[in-house]
Amino acid sequence: MNLKNISTSVPKKDHKGKVSGQLPYISDVKVENMVYGVLYRSPIAYGKIISIQLPTLPEGYEAVGAEHIPGPNYVKIIKEDQPIFANEWVNYIGEPILMLTGKDLDILYSLLNEVKVEFEEHQAIYTLDEAIKQKSVSSVLANYEFGESLENISAIEQGAHQIIEEEYDTGYQEHVYLEPQGMLAVYKDDEIIVQGSMQCLYYIKNALLSALACGDDEVRVVQSPTGGGFGGKEDYPSMMACHVAVAARAVKKSVMLVFDRSEDMLVTTKRHPAKLKYRTALDKEGNILSMCVDIFLDGGANVGLSSVVLQRALINSAGVYKIPHFHAKGYVLKTNTVPNGAFRGFGAPQSFAGIESHIGHLSKLAKIDPLEYKRKYLVKQGDPTITKGKFRDPILVEEMIEDVLNVSEYKKKKEDFQRLNQQNQRYKKGIGTSLFLHGCGFTGSGERDHIKATVKLVKSKDDQVSLKISNSDMGQGILTTLCKIVAKELDLPFEDILYPYPDTKEVPDSGPTVASRTTMIVGKLLERAAKKLKNQWQTGVEQEIVEHYVHREMIPWDEKTFTGDAYPAYSWGVNIVEVEVDTLTGNIKLEKVYGNYEVGKVIDERIMKGQIDGGLAQGLAYGYLEKMTSKQGRIQQKSISDYGPPTSLDVVSIESKVFDNPYADGPYGAKGAGELTLIGGAPAVQAAIEDALQTSFQQIPITPEVIIESLWMKEGEEG
Amino acid sequence: MIKFTLNGRTVETDAPATARLLDLLRDEFELIGTKEGCGEGECGACSVFVNNLLQNSCLIPIGSIAGADIQTIEGIIETEQFKILDESYSIAGGVQCGYCIPGMIMASAALLSKNPHPSEDEIREGISGNLCRCTGYNMIVEAINLAAKKGDGLW
Repeated sequence: MNLKNISTSVPKKDHKGKVSGQLPYISDVKVENMVYGVLYRSPIAYGKIISIQLPTLPEGYEAVGAEHIPGPNYVKIIKEDQPIFANEWVNYIGEPILMLTGKDLDILYSLLNEVKVEFEEHQAIYTLDEAIKQKSVSSVLANYEFGESLENISAIEQGAHQIIEEEYDTGYQEHVYLEPQGMLAVYKDDEIIVQGSMQCLYYIKNALLSALACGDDEVRVVQSPTGGGFGGKEDYPSMMACHVAVAARAVKKSVMLVFDRSEDMLVTTKRHPAKLKYRTALDKEGNILSMCVDIFLDGGANVGLSSVVLQRALINSAGVYKIPHFHAKGYVLKTNTVPNGAFRGFGAPQSFAGIESHIGHLSKLAKIDPLEYKRKYLVKQGDPTITKGKFRDPILVEEMIEDVLNVSEYKKKKEDFQRLNQQNQRYKKGIGTSLFLHGCGFTGSGERDHIKATVKLVKSKDDQVSLKISNSDMGQGILTTLCKIVAKELDLPFEDILYPYPDTKEVPDSGPTVASRTTMIVGKLLERAAKKLKNQWQTGVEQEIVEHYVHREMIPWDEKTFTGDAYPAYSWGVNIVEVEVDTLTGNIKLEKVYGNYEVGKVIDERIMKGQIDGGLAQGLAYGYLEKMTSKQGRIQQKSISDYGPPTSLDVVSIESKVFDNPYADGPYGAKGAGELTLIGGAPAVQAAIEDALQTSFQQIPITPEVIIESLWMKEGEEG
Repeated sequence: MIKFTLNGRTVETDAPATARLLDLLRDEFELIGTKEGCGEGECGACSVFVNNLLQNSCLIPIGSIAGADIQTIEGIIETEQFKILDESYSIAGGVQCGYCIPGMIMASAALLSKNPHPSEDEIREGISGNLCRCTGYNMIVEAINLAAKKGDGLW
């Protein structure tokens, strides 16, 4: 089938294998001479290892630790601070100390119970609040500051009618990809092949080259079908890959490491808990004169990707608004807890939850409908960004707002709900909105300086075209969408384009599968490669086309001054959410959800709808349902039901629409879409709950406990 | 020795009575369509039919299945009902990462055989024991609704 319109949906490439269950994920794979690995993990949050005593290991069972690592003992990510196996110090509960390998998992687990490690325990920092208090002594893992000078702002504040200060807290969010993390190292005399569930093949390959101190042709990384990622399989798999590869080298056997759900929930990365502080100067009418934002992220025990997460959080700290005089600073602080990492949105969901909440509260002071108040400050095409970049492309948010107001009958509902709430003592209805954007692609100069993506198209003698790229389909559908782009360019049937699961031996580094960059950046490179191939097409001849990333220089990004164009393009969204709150139990029921989005051009309508529904379900749940906590450094939720991601009964049908606004540097005009869809959920649900209860919250998730407590406080105040 | 019916064939195993049905299916019979998502009966990725009832195979010790009729996704692939579900899931866009899907298909089939014309609420109830993290469920609900219409009379 040749594609007439790029947006028209096609059957997904991997549908058959997935619906029948016969597509093998990593836990479905068995290879000859394979043993399992299990990890002995630190039971304490911070301390020194004094001694390690191993039980007598039966034949075929071995222990692998730091001494077996041929290269330096850290997982190569950004900074060299995350050991593969703890050396002398442990920094969080769950930090891997050693691995036991052998044929039988039951025997391995019982051996694990007999490992005795003596520690000298030291005083740990368990929470972000403690880390903020001790900021001078505890380590700041990353920090940035930018915006207008504080002298100017202080002068404005002196002339202000009032100054509003708010503190806002966001919690952990756990990915709960349905397939737990898993990695296999296949041992060969001259090569280690690492395969598993992953988003970033070359991150892993680079980590392995460092850990194994080996040559480029001695290690190979192959993606297995990946059962969900959402960022959770961005950085963590590098560590698991180091574990299995080091172990395979040491025991000269293939080593499989697959987590069960509780291990996955207790030790893998999560969304950073955050504290956001706002200080805003207002005039008499409630207009914003200036704003200062401070962001604190709980990095956990290692920096990992946290510095980049903080950058995105800061860049989004003013939301979609043009704030007259703006200043922001942010810190990633170290705590002795599980390291936090990438999660769909990458710092932006915390910032948008905070700024949407704050602006909503300011609108109440100004006695203006929140949406009307927000619209006064909306950025427009040509406006500067808060980092002195520029919003270059047309912005359709006004149009998107108008449309969703009509579709949802927002104004009528606001009035209806007010009336209903006066009549009904127990159940209160509310409606809330959120406005948001997402910067597409890597933050700052990442694409230009670090990733330098390369793609390859290979045509065989029988004229079959294959995509050779290092990007992972983890469910988001790029096996289908990227093949569509190439098929349409070449005017070939979509079914004839091949995209095998990537293997670093075969594919160049087209970059990691993160940051809503795949469709826009990699897709554009493939579009260009396909155009070239079409021009050079020779039937019956093997051909190869290679394309490299070309940076379109705008206002150059400078990380030190935190200025310039942070992103080449932005995608936009508007959500409206209606809820009913049971004031007796604090339970929240979603009633209606609306979403309007602008992602340049949709590459496949059905896949886009899947991103909208799935992203929004995660975003909404982040606001009121999903709660993860840590106590004395230990994650308290180790099962799915302890944590509470949405079931089919928690979600309602979502009315969504996507607006066309083609972007010149995206394939067929496409920009990023995957992360955007999550961001508006939490702030809209918070605004709806606030509308229902006529109160304000300073945190997410707003669980029934939070609601009941706030109702009691309100009752107390009203006497 | 435990004897039972697996996908229409009589089979036996020497595995201990306390072994999980999930492991037996995957390791001994190499039926990889039954997935492990949580191991605690919370996610439904390992859903199978035990005597035509939808069950989480991670919670079933094989000692309890002597003489039982077990069906996995592999056992229903050739049926008309599966073909309808396959097509409906494709049209509705119900499949993303795919890890929950075999279990979700089993839950869909179980629901439709009990209730061939479910309402939206009944569909949501019917798959509420099966977790999906990618889709937000709506396109799966739509797939089942579509399958009910397309397969009218089959269930």
